[in-house]
Amino acid sequence: MTATTIKFYQTGTHTVGNRLLDPEHRSVQADMRRTNSLNSGHRACQGCGEALGARYAIDAAMQATDNQLIAANATGCLEVFSTPYPETSWQIPWIHSLFGNTAAVATGIAAAMRVKGRSDVRVVAQGGDGGTTDIGFGCLSGMFERNDDVLYICYDNEAYMNTGVQRSSATPGAARTATTPAVGDAPGNVFGQGKNLPLIAMAHEIPYVATAIVSELRDLEAKVKRAMEIRGARYIHVFVPCPLGWGTNSWDTIHIARLAKETGVFPVFEAERDRIVSVSKIRKQLPVEAYLRPQRRFAHLFSPTPNTEAIAHIQALADRNIRRFGLVDPAAETAVAAPVATGNP
Amino acid sequence: MLKQCEGSHAVAATVALCRPEVICAYPISPQTHIVEGLSEMVRDGTLPGCEFINVESEFAALSVAIGSSAAGARSYTATASQGLLYMAEAVWNASGLGLPIVMTLANRAIGAPINIWNDHTDSMSMRDAGWIQLFAENNQEAADLHIQAFRLAEEVSLPIMVCMDGFILTHAYEGVDIPTQEQVDAYLPPYEPRQVLDPRDPVSIGAMVGPEAFTEVRYLAHAKQMQALELIPQLAAEFQQQFGRDSGGLIRQYRMEDADTVVIALGSVLGTIKDTIDDLRDEGNKIGVLGITSFRPFPLTEIRDAVSHVRRVVVVEKCFAVGIGGIVSRDVRSAMRNRPQPLYCVVAGLGGRAITKDSLHQLFMEAIEDKLEPLTFLDLDWNAVNRELERERLTRRSGPIAENLLRDLGVVAARVG
Repeated sequence: MTATTIKFYQTGTHTVGNRLLDPEHRSVQADMRRTNSLNSGHRACQGCGEALGARYAIDAAMQATDNQLIAANATGCLEVFSTPYPETSWQIPWIHSLFGNTAAVATGIAAAMRVKGRSDVRVVAQGGDGGTTDIGFGCLSGMFERNDDVLYICYDNEAYMNTGVQRSSATPGAARTATTPAVGDAPGNVFGQGKNLPLIAMAHEIPYVATAIVSELRDLEAKVKRAMEIRGARYIHVFVPCPLGWGTNSWDTIHIARLAKETGVFPVFEAERDRIVSVSKIRKQLPVEAYLRPQRRFAHLFSPTPNTEAIAHIQALADRNIRRFGLVDPAAETAVAAPVATGNP
Repeated sequence: MLKQCEGSHAVAATVALCRPEVICAYPISPQTHIVEGLSEMVRDGTLPGCEFINVESEFAALSVAIGSSAAGARSYTATASQGLLYMAEAVWNASGLGLPIVMTLANRAIGAPINIWNDHTDSMSMRDAGWIQLFAENNQEAADLHIQAFRLAEEVSLPIMVCMDGFILTHAYEGVDIPTQEQVDAYLPPYEPRQVLDPRDPVSIGAMVGPEAFTEVRYLAHAKQMQALELIPQLAAEFQQQFGRDSGGLIRQYRMEDADTVVIALGSVLGTIKDTIDDLRDEGNKIGVLGITSFRPFPLTEIRDAVSHVRRVVVVEKCFAVGIGGIVSRDVRSAMRNRPQPLYCVVAGLGGRAITKDSLHQLFMEAIEDKLEPLTFLDLDWNAVNRELERERLTRRSGPIAENLLRDLGVVAARVG
């Protein structure tokens, strides 16, 4: 992402009014000519982070490609809520094949475009975390390894929401899902080894990998735009809160996403090949409790008795993110309130 | 041009003449030589305008073909056996979406026990998946069927499996007439998709369909196969006119004119059966053969008419449905509905067991005398089977079945025959 020097005309907020920016710096979403690629009228839940993420990403990709875009979509919420035929929200050529083959379908589309002499037409593949980190992982890794000309976007809401909130390999430790209920000695999901797909993508040394959150619209759009300037396999992992699965208020989606970033739970960065080239710094570091408390999937960590051990574990993981990705400037770090707990889990 | 070559190379050369635009491949025996041949042709420029994609699984191979076909490119892949099972979900998806992908299936057994040799279990496992399934009798037909398959697939917008017996055909060297590019171009026009992903005219493909339309969508898939039933003979006739060769079609009849006994089979075993029948004819028996080229759609009427005058039907099939018996024979039985003639099902050649003329001769003589059981396993070693059943009766922990049998038989390496 190219750095832009901007002036803050507003105070008490982390956002910058679009109207105060130069037109070329304004968000795609603020542009009257935006394509509404994922049009209104779809059947996503109120406050759906994935619907926002997909709309932002695909509109940005459309602008970046002069509307020459084809999308392949994995089975999942995004597919189901967008195409209850005869209604479709997609204003772009769009195909849904299966749950686990989206990256391969996209490879096929890209190959067809190349062979037809229409390399100006670009291909996006998209899926949720289940379709990406679990069932679609083989096809995704194959697409990365071959460096096929596809941008794969994962909308990560940390569980299988479409089937009723079951655990995926992207579900965080301690989170309650339908298959990791908050009962027993270690309620919620186990703390496994994790499966950090952006880092796995980087291990393939593909040209471009980025993470983004729905609360940072312009950052997300800029990353999609940047991805579209590059040929080859690209991966963007977008953090999208799910009010239904997480037990959050539908009006809190943006707020929760921001808290994930500000606590270090979800690092926002950008990488080229295997090298991280930019990191979105935490503005005002918060303890993970601030992120966990508003979510009913973590309610058992606080009531009836606080599970300090599990909270400390999550804090330690966030701290590790902060150290590993340099999410806090060393100067600012000292000014931050001490985390709830430290130490490696 | 008549060329002495391996079956796989004949297919590769012919597929190349069909001007495929995207080929995806994952290695599995005995299909590998086909895609190896094609990859070389793409690489050295003899097959221009084609992308060859090496994928990480059969599931991905067919998925790439789904993407490329939906984006308007003529798409081809090949597989066998476990590979077909691994792509099963995509197999149904390709036909459900109505994408005219052509896939060679080098027929091979399915494990466990793992077995690389030929039978028809793989294609039969997908017989209801909505693909057209054409079976080649020899390498010339295997090559020719691909040309017809691309034309037919694109005409009805359905995927086609061209089934050829693994090793028996894929690895056999025979003289095959490889047509010229001009001949193939005259027969096979460029692909004009019915549906295509194109930013100039955006469509959504692959939407969810509920009870309100699902039956109709499925019926239309059936209706297309019924259209194919009409088209297959037409395309074969046109093929004969242009290439001067009789290839394809729905069924193929041999010495059927006054036959009392008719043997029905698919694929390369038809050759051995014909030789056996020549001998039986010489001995004064009225026996003929009916080869099924199009297994899906299944030519019910043609088979019904062809066997109307016969006294008995013997179906020799390289597959069976565990727990009930024959697969092909049940479809043939549907064709003979309300007919009194006996139908004998013979399961033969599983996992590459050779089907010999001697065994067939004896079998057909028993059929002629109506001494066959309704279900027969050709050349089954009853002693070995009974010894294993006895072991299981005597010992609770009797051990793995396949390994017991091999130890019992004293086989130290896979042996055909």
